[in-house]
Amino acid sequence: MAGRWKNDLNWSDTTPKAAWLNRRQIMAGIGAAAFGGIAGPALAGLGAVKSDFSTVEEPNPLDHITSYCNYYEFGTGKEDPARNAHMLNTDGWQVEIDGLVDKPGTWTMDDILAGTTLEERIYRFRCVEAWSMVIPWVGFELSDLLARVGVQSGAKYVAFETALRPDEMPGVRSPVIDWPYVEGLRLDEAMNPLTILATGLYDEPIPNQNGAPIRLVVPWKYGFKSIKSIVRISLTDKEPPTSWNKTNGREYGFYSNVNPTVDHPRWSQASERVIGGGILAKRKPTLLFNGYGEQVADLYDGMDLAKFY
Amino acid sequence: MALVDGINGAVKRLPSWPLYLLGAVPVVWLFWQGLTGGLGVDPTKVIEHKLGLWGLWLLIAGLAITPLQRFAGLRLIKFRRAIGLLAFFYILTHLLVWLVLDVQIPAQIWADILKRPYITIGMAAFLMMLPLAITSNNWSLRKLGPVRWRGLHKLTYLLVPLGAVHFVMVVKGWQMEPLYYLAVVIALLALRLRPSRRRRAAAA
Repeated sequence: MAGRWKNDLNWSDTTPKAAWLNRRQIMAGIGAAAFGGIAGPALAGLGAVKSDFSTVEEPNPLDHITSYCNYYEFGTGKEDPARNAHMLNTDGWQVEIDGLVDKPGTWTMDDILAGTTLEERIYRFRCVEAWSMVIPWVGFELSDLLARVGVQSGAKYVAFETALRPDEMPGVRSPVIDWPYVEGLRLDEAMNPLTILATGLYDEPIPNQNGAPIRLVVPWKYGFKSIKSIVRISLTDKEPPTSWNKTNGREYGFYSNVNPTVDHPRWSQASERVIGGGILAKRKPTLLFNGYGEQVADLYDGMDLAKFY
Repeated sequence: MALVDGINGAVKRLPSWPLYLLGAVPVVWLFWQGLTGGLGVDPTKVIEHKLGLWGLWLLIAGLAITPLQRFAGLRLIKFRRAIGLLAFFYILTHLLVWLVLDVQIPAQIWADILKRPYITIGMAAFLMMLPLAITSNNWSLRKLGPVRWRGLHKLTYLLVPLGAVHFVMVVKGWQMEPLYYLAVVIALLALRLRPSRRRRAAAA
């Protein structure tokens, strides 16, 4: 729930938007302001409130986050999503919520966001490929939405599905994985306050290549668990199939918690390349649960994390 | 045939040494771009991957020379040593970027070589290139004699497919690009299965 954390920070403590916008966008903004007399909606902002769950680490600039993405529906290259994701039309987006819920049905983005307070969550983001960023997401806790649909007592897992639109997603012509992309969480993971559904980035609507209009963010797990452009959320009593696990179960487990001591078969997970550091940057040691152990370690009490990787 | 003869004639007049200088240009350009922000937000990976890919292109180019001569009559063999040596230097640089800029930790490098099959395979292919690079000069050719030298350099037929397999294994999922390269390598090797010795004997 938003607003449960109190602190003495004011809006005057925040980084001015001009400091994080890159120069091109500032120039474009000035141009728009000069031309139209007003700054226009691009600079209006979502007005997300601060959260104590945010890290104090410096976020990556917007252009890092929007130009370096894994979103295979738009191609397997890191720059492919930035190039191709404009083809995705998110107008009239609908999310089907079904399975073991009291109120199954189809939700529009307006339905989902009605009465929701958006929060800024600045999270560390650790990719399974051993690189990392710090990203200022805007969103709300998944548990808020689940509370509204009413989770039935038999539900143990939450399954998610990404849109599959061959006309708008050139990458799905290639059978890299079995489309559509699917992911899942255990119910207690889904209910953890760190788990959010993100609809924004840097206080602006989330760009298509980052999973517009709504995506999951689970900061203590490898990035591929944080499924993008969600069209379906199902509550189930069985562990749902997950895309990378189906593609290569030896390399990608259902849990996929960030863990420096459990290596990916093809590379070590002990350290990570921090994106934006340049070619001479030192690697950084990777933290268990990506540094979120205080909030999530008890979810895995008594579990062998090398077995349930 | 006029085109082939024209090319063969031109090749005869061209020296092969400028290839070494030409081959160095993309590497210098790549590092310059990486240092000045021209390769995006993760320049280390871009440099590492581009060097590996270009090295594979050069290895494939080297493998294509004999079939081009046999089936199209193109005589490009005078460039083969330069192409092979360039391939070696590209793969050596690829390896050094992985060691020094990417992995960085010596203890982890050794563990990776032993534990990760795609690295083991890549490393094996690189080690096979070493004796070939060392003997890619006239002095070694004379010392070894043509029969032994040719026998040694048949290692190419093993190390190039290993390099292509290394690429297939390094990507996530079944991606098409590395599979295309592997198919090309296999095709170029298959073209060598023609019974050329018998044909030569029949012609004599």
